[in-house]
Amino acid sequence: MGLNEKPLSTLHEKASYDLADFEVPTGREEAWRFTPLSRLKGLHNGQAAASGQVVTQVYTPEGVRAEWVGRDDERIGKAYVPADRVSAQAYNGFEKALVVTVPKEAVPGDAITVEIKGNGGEGAAYGHIVVVVEPMAQATVVVQHEGSAVYADNVEFVVGDGATLKVVSLQDWADDAVHVSHHHAQLAKDATFRSFVVTLGGDLVRLSPSVSYTGPGGDADLSGVYFVDAGQHLEHRLLVDHSQPNCKSNVDYRGALQGEDAHAVWIGDVIIRVAAEGTDTYELNRNLILTDGARADSVPNLEILTGEVAGAGHASTSGRLDDEHIFYLQARGIPFDEARRLVIRGFLGQLIEKIQVEELRERVMNAVEAELAR
Amino acid sequence: MSTLEIRDLKVAVEDKEILRGVNLTVKAGETHAIMGPNGSGKSTLAYAIAGHPKYTITGGEVLLDGVDLLELSVDERARAGLFLAMQYPVEVPGVSVSNFLRSAVTSVRGEAPKLREFAKDLKSGMDALAIDAAFAQRNLNEGFSGGEKKRHEILQLELLKPKIAVLDETDSGLDVDALRVVSEGINRFRASGETGVLLITHYTRILRYVKPDFVHVFAAGRVVEEGGPELADKLEAEGYEQYTKASA
Repeated sequence: MGLNEKPLSTLHEKASYDLADFEVPTGREEAWRFTPLSRLKGLHNGQAAASGQVVTQVYTPEGVRAEWVGRDDERIGKAYVPADRVSAQAYNGFEKALVVTVPKEAVPGDAITVEIKGNGGEGAAYGHIVVVVEPMAQATVVVQHEGSAVYADNVEFVVGDGATLKVVSLQDWADDAVHVSHHHAQLAKDATFRSFVVTLGGDLVRLSPSVSYTGPGGDADLSGVYFVDAGQHLEHRLLVDHSQPNCKSNVDYRGALQGEDAHAVWIGDVIIRVAAEGTDTYELNRNLILTDGARADSVPNLEILTGEVAGAGHASTSGRLDDEHIFYLQARGIPFDEARRLVIRGFLGQLIEKIQVEELRERVMNAVEAELAR
Repeated sequence: MSTLEIRDLKVAVEDKEILRGVNLTVKAGETHAIMGPNGSGKSTLAYAIAGHPKYTITGGEVLLDGVDLLELSVDERARAGLFLAMQYPVEVPGVSVSNFLRSAVTSVRGEAPKLREFAKDLKSGMDALAIDAAFAQRNLNEGFSGGEKKRHEILQLELLKPKIAVLDETDSGLDVDALRVVSEGINRFRASGETGVLLITHYTRILRYVKPDFVHVFAAGRVVEEGGPELADKLEAEGYEQYTKASA
């Protein structure tokens, strides 16, 4: 390393709007080695015909603007540059983008809801959403996905100075759906971002939430809950890029897996760059493996390029239901199935409690209950 | 009136024989103390009766009112009227005390208790054991002190009203005040005269608050001496040394 060279991160350095800059993945690449490419329905190699459709509906409370704009709108792609092949494919494939704006200092009373519904036709669909929360505004966005589709999209959350954005993203797709998505949050000075991801349905879901900072004092909390049934591949790839001083990030993802070939992947990358002194970060992933034949891959990566951090850590655990928990509940007369449900619900519920909007919290809890009852 | 009969019970852990033929009968209205040195098999007896998967029954029977408990699952045993107060109650994250207690009461009674009634029973039970009301919203045993865990075990005992209660070293780790509160709970439970208590302890201290009718001395996996309350006084004075020597 020469005198004028800064140490560079080895994580996610590549970014481009141009599809040609990304080679077709073979499955040997670090970024693709866990993903079953054959089930991507051609999203990764250009073979997916862009003939698919999803119906996107947006509900905005008073004072919030929602617009469908053309590809040339200058707000598109400002916060996020595609970081992999499918993301670039989606970026080049959408026709109209949804731009939602929460004006400066606005505090809408209700959540903004974006419903994305697949109708099961042939071919792939591409989408792009930009949510701009202007300085000092506070908003909650719910993005929910359902139905059957092959869908790739990029979502940009631009959180202004001192603004707060809470996002709940629910992936409750039909059994045959394929969804590859990037959710990128860009936090300005003293901005707060709370993301809660719930992934339950779909044949293959690969969701990559990432965070970058453009000023000091940003605070990001990324939580996720997933429930993987037989044959499902649910992958979450997180990246928090600390490039500004005195910012915080906290990642906590938890999943339960049951059934043959249920596969969960969690990648938790955190970069703390040279300028990011005073960074405080922690990332955690926990998996509860309920049956044989289910598999969880969990890979935390922490790359620290500065000497001055306030805190940096990560942890990952994957294990079975604890026999002692079940014994204790059964010893009080609670039948095995119910004891098991109580313990799993408790494991995921601790995280779900972080959702502050009661109605949303209940909906997520009910969705998990429905999984447990299957 | 209920009876728990343990007949020639033999139990192994990973091929190592721990209980070598235990005979004991506990009738409603009686309190039996099982005393013995560490490693004598006292806790094994408690957990084997309750059905912990770690213990393998290699012989004998455990009958509760004629029903062989060993044929039943752990939860069926509890619903049949057996209760085990554990020495080290496990922490269960994300499961609140109130949710747990309601599930347990519902399972044992076979129907959900009326909400208002349950809330009242819970409150009076907690008051009697000097448990703070905020406790109900906490996660099961999580961050509880040793004394809180034991009081919570006795709260369950009083709410579930089993026929036979096995109390495994419920006195260990308690200061004098907590010991008194816990003992009062046990005494309320046995006051009806319709329930039997098997009190497992290393020390005689709790027997000053919970008077036993019978005392059994355990050593090397079987009962080596039996008597009335006076046997506890003898153990207090002489310790277990004579038994450990004899069985070695």
